[in-house]
Amino acid sequence: MSGLTLEAAQQLPAPKIEYGALSPVMIVLGAAVLGILVEAFAPRKARYAAQLLIAAVGLAGAFAAILGLAATGHATSKAAIAGMGALAVDGPALFLQGTILLVGLVSMFVFAERRLEPKAHGSRTDSFAPQPASLPGGDGEREAVRAGWTTTEVFPLLLFAVGGMLLFPAANDLLTLFISLEVFSLPLYLLCALARRRRLLSQEAAVKYFLLGAFSSAFLLFGIALLYGYSGTIGYSGIARAIANADQTTDPVLAQTTGNDALLLIGGALLVMGLLFKVGAVPFHMWTPDVYQGAPTPVTGFMAAATKVAAFGALLRLLYVVLPGLRWDWRPVMWGVAILTMLAGAVIAITQTDVKRLLAYSSIAHAGFLLAGVIATSKDGISSVLFYLGAYSFVTLGAFAVVTLVRDAGGEATQLSKWAGLGRRSPLLAAVFAVFLLAFAGIPLTSGFAGKFAVFKAAAEGGAGPLVVVGVVASAIAAFFYIRVIVMMFFREPRTDGPTVAVPSAWTTSAIAIGVLVTVVLGVAPQYFLDLAGQAGVFVR
Amino acid sequence: MAFPLLTVTAAVPAVGAVATAAVPAGRRGAAKVLALLFSLATLVSAGAVLARFDPGGARFQLSESHPWISDFGVRYELGVDGIGVALLGLTALLVPFVIAAGWHDADTLEGDRPNRRWRPTQGFFALILAVEAMVIVSFEATDVFLFYIFFEAMLIPMYFLIGGFGDRAHAEGEEEGARQRSQAAVKFLLYNLVGGLIMLAAVIGLYAVGNDQLGHGTFSLPELLHARATGALHLSTSTERLLFLGFFFAFAVKAPLWPLHTWLPNAMGEGTAPVAVLITAVVDKVGTFAMLRFCLGLFPAASKWATPVVVTLALVSILYGALVAVAQRDIKRLIAFASISHFGFIILGVFAMTSQGQGGATLYMVFHGISTAALMLVAGFLISRRGSRLIADFGGVQKVAPVLAGTFLVGGLATLSLPGLAPFVSEFLVLVGTFSRYPVAGVVATAGIILAALYVLLMYQRTMTGPLEKPELRRMPDLRARELAVAAPLIALLVLLGVFPKPLTDVVNPAVRHSLSDVQQKDPKPQHPVADPGRTGASHDKPAAHGGDHE
Repeated sequence: MSGLTLEAAQQLPAPKIEYGALSPVMIVLGAAVLGILVEAFAPRKARYAAQLLIAAVGLAGAFAAILGLAATGHATSKAAIAGMGALAVDGPALFLQGTILLVGLVSMFVFAERRLEPKAHGSRTDSFAPQPASLPGGDGEREAVRAGWTTTEVFPLLLFAVGGMLLFPAANDLLTLFISLEVFSLPLYLLCALARRRRLLSQEAAVKYFLLGAFSSAFLLFGIALLYGYSGTIGYSGIARAIANADQTTDPVLAQTTGNDALLLIGGALLVMGLLFKVGAVPFHMWTPDVYQGAPTPVTGFMAAATKVAAFGALLRLLYVVLPGLRWDWRPVMWGVAILTMLAGAVIAITQTDVKRLLAYSSIAHAGFLLAGVIATSKDGISSVLFYLGAYSFVTLGAFAVVTLVRDAGGEATQLSKWAGLGRRSPLLAAVFAVFLLAFAGIPLTSGFAGKFAVFKAAAEGGAGPLVVVGVVASAIAAFFYIRVIVMMFFREPRTDGPTVAVPSAWTTSAIAIGVLVTVVLGVAPQYFLDLAGQAGVFVR
Repeated sequence: MAFPLLTVTAAVPAVGAVATAAVPAGRRGAAKVLALLFSLATLVSAGAVLARFDPGGARFQLSESHPWISDFGVRYELGVDGIGVALLGLTALLVPFVIAAGWHDADTLEGDRPNRRWRPTQGFFALILAVEAMVIVSFEATDVFLFYIFFEAMLIPMYFLIGGFGDRAHAEGEEEGARQRSQAAVKFLLYNLVGGLIMLAAVIGLYAVGNDQLGHGTFSLPELLHARATGALHLSTSTERLLFLGFFFAFAVKAPLWPLHTWLPNAMGEGTAPVAVLITAVVDKVGTFAMLRFCLGLFPAASKWATPVVVTLALVSILYGALVAVAQRDIKRLIAFASISHFGFIILGVFAMTSQGQGGATLYMVFHGISTAALMLVAGFLISRRGSRLIADFGGVQKVAPVLAGTFLVGGLATLSLPGLAPFVSEFLVLVGTFSRYPVAGVVATAGIILAALYVLLMYQRTMTGPLEKPELRRMPDLRARELAVAAPLIALLVLLGVFPKPLTDVVNPAVRHSLSDVQQKDPKPQHPVADPGRTGASHDKPAAHGGDHE
């Protein structure tokens, strides 16, 4: 009897969890669970304030935890693998988690905006459908509107998504990678379907995103299986050792497949494909414009910024920690993907007539620039990508927040032609949007330029000179359509039936202000943040 | 730490831009006065730079150097040589005139709905000052990256100046005018942005090479020049040529050199006259200045390698610009094409690689700035009176507005390089400098002078002389006091510097010698007395004497 329990205890040791090192993720997920409980038990009237408080405290608390970890050297000297090998707590992970948390916090501000939509039956409304489960325009929805319900579930959903995104770049084995992917994807699929206006478009976007996302998850999972077959382990360092022939597993079940290079190559390729889908790289970009256009704009902004950060973090770790031994195999492929992504994103964007779709294609082009930094395979490459992600995500957030403010009778006026003469009507808003566009275009003295320079510099030093030339050409093409929007806003006469600019509450105003501030500060004085990214540029193995 | 005079010179207009933009909508007049005061303060500051600059001293003076983005090896590093100080002075000198000439260009129309937030007047003058600040930094920067940043960033305010403010009356109606204007602005921006982005690739390449060989990437010009001279930084032939091409392309777009010139006539034609002056007399000078400083300084062997092609393109620019100018029906476009021809002369002088050629090119930049400003601003006064830019809409103006016609004539004569006026000195030096190394190119370029006489005098004849047939012109007022205050000092300067250019040549010549030593070029052996290397100063002192023979 006692021998049996002893044996069981030996087989199932209690996991040793470094609660301190994992606290950011736990705080966010805990806050999300709390938010669900509030949704279930608190009275409807109290939910909005309670959810805001929980989300803000959760995100800020997690960010404080990140700062604490970084200050005590977990990013550098004390970087380690935590949670039984499931998660890495190191420089890139903490840097990206910090970025994601700030992005989440600012997104929450935009989510919380309730001044833009006209009041429905005396109660303030936000950008989300009052009763998402009911038929668009049906009786259930009408009643929900009349009752003044709002979808406060968006805040816990946001927190779950942020929690998954925190895990994604820190995942240190393939299963954690997959689970965290699902944890952040599922809330995003839901959020995409919640638009108050243009519900069908929004639901269509959600279905497309879900179906294609399911495909990519399948690719990822299949790749994981093949890599397990190849190496007999799902841990990142174990696979890396197997690739380097450092140790062979002796599991008899896998004797036939272990060390089979075909498994390794196909598995690695499928894994990378799954991640490139989330990044929105060509040829896995098809979902981006539709989903960006259909999703409620606050969600689009969050998705465009945070998903990119998380997915590039995971991609970096995969390529630098797991597959460095395959460098000579994946580099040429990534070269091709990066070139295609930069050029396709920039060229197709020229023909767009909708602001959200335009920003979607621009995000594809930016994914290409980021890939150029990924390809550098150097410490500089890592830190330049980290910096670029931080810079880019705030520009994106700010730009989408501006889009929520330009409205006409049908909700947001995203048709580009309706933006004509916006600079005459509200010069300040148009100037702010112009700053974001110039940052996207990489004009000096904006964060976009500093980021682009860092990435291209790393790529040039990593021997990818031609890639830099392609990147520069793509930037020139991209500049054309950013400028076209500026022309539209400033040099065209306003249309009489043109949109008006809604006066937002302090929430959206502060989100846009933070966007502008980060854009200018990272453009004029980027040194501190480059240092930060530079120190964070080492993966723990 | 020494007083950061160069920073202050750039900061004054920058502060002015912010202050002007912040003036409330109702106080348009205050905004104008404020902008003018800030531009005059800049002029004073630039005057202090000129006074403190010692022509015989170190190559880069009044230097400031602070780390900025150490990850990229970027320093905030300023310093002026003789060429930079001359162009700095030119910029600071011209902007007050630009502001004074554009006094009413951005007034709101009477019919306009008053809008509390839309403040075009404030915007116009703030943008002019912003351009001035950025141009000044690019003349002062001795860090390649710092230069690049402002070289690119100045496009944005310039773009809004071209696209946002145009002549009221347009031949094809107000709407068509707005359309063409925004097209011109986009064309301007895209051409220059593409050039700038290609340069960005070269800037990154320069960093990568420096990082490879020096152990740390640097953009500091003095450090790079030193490393190039001592051989610590050795570029392979093909690398040097590629980097040179990257830099040169951007500068050739900016300058502009045929066949990259096509944005200039549109931009100058659609912008108001003061904006056109800002483009051609101030902003474009950054392009030719940068060729002299960066292309020749950093890539001497590649510059020599490219010289035959560049000289040929410059010759094409000279002749093509002049020929097309002859055929223009639009006054502003005519001046734009004349400028293309003149930029051909400047580039010819830079790449002739002789001390007369490069000294002449530098003087040419300054004198062309002043003469074009005089001609273009007076043309602007003329155009605003008639509401048309077409030559055919004028005739016999000198009968009703003799002072306007007279100033227009002097500006025109300066443009065609009449001996006695400043541009003659520089054009002569460029031709002499070119002739002593490339006789054929010198001869061909001379044809440009003849064509210049043709287009300037034809324009004068068609607009100013002849019978006063058009009834709209009968009551045309002569220059007002403000307009005279703009035109008279410029003309006085043209005459003064035409007779006595020595103060300027003294400042410029030592810098040119440095620049020539970068490319390890000596003046060719004298084959005729003008190019005597021992007496190079002589030709500067007595240009008129030689000029008599030449013409």
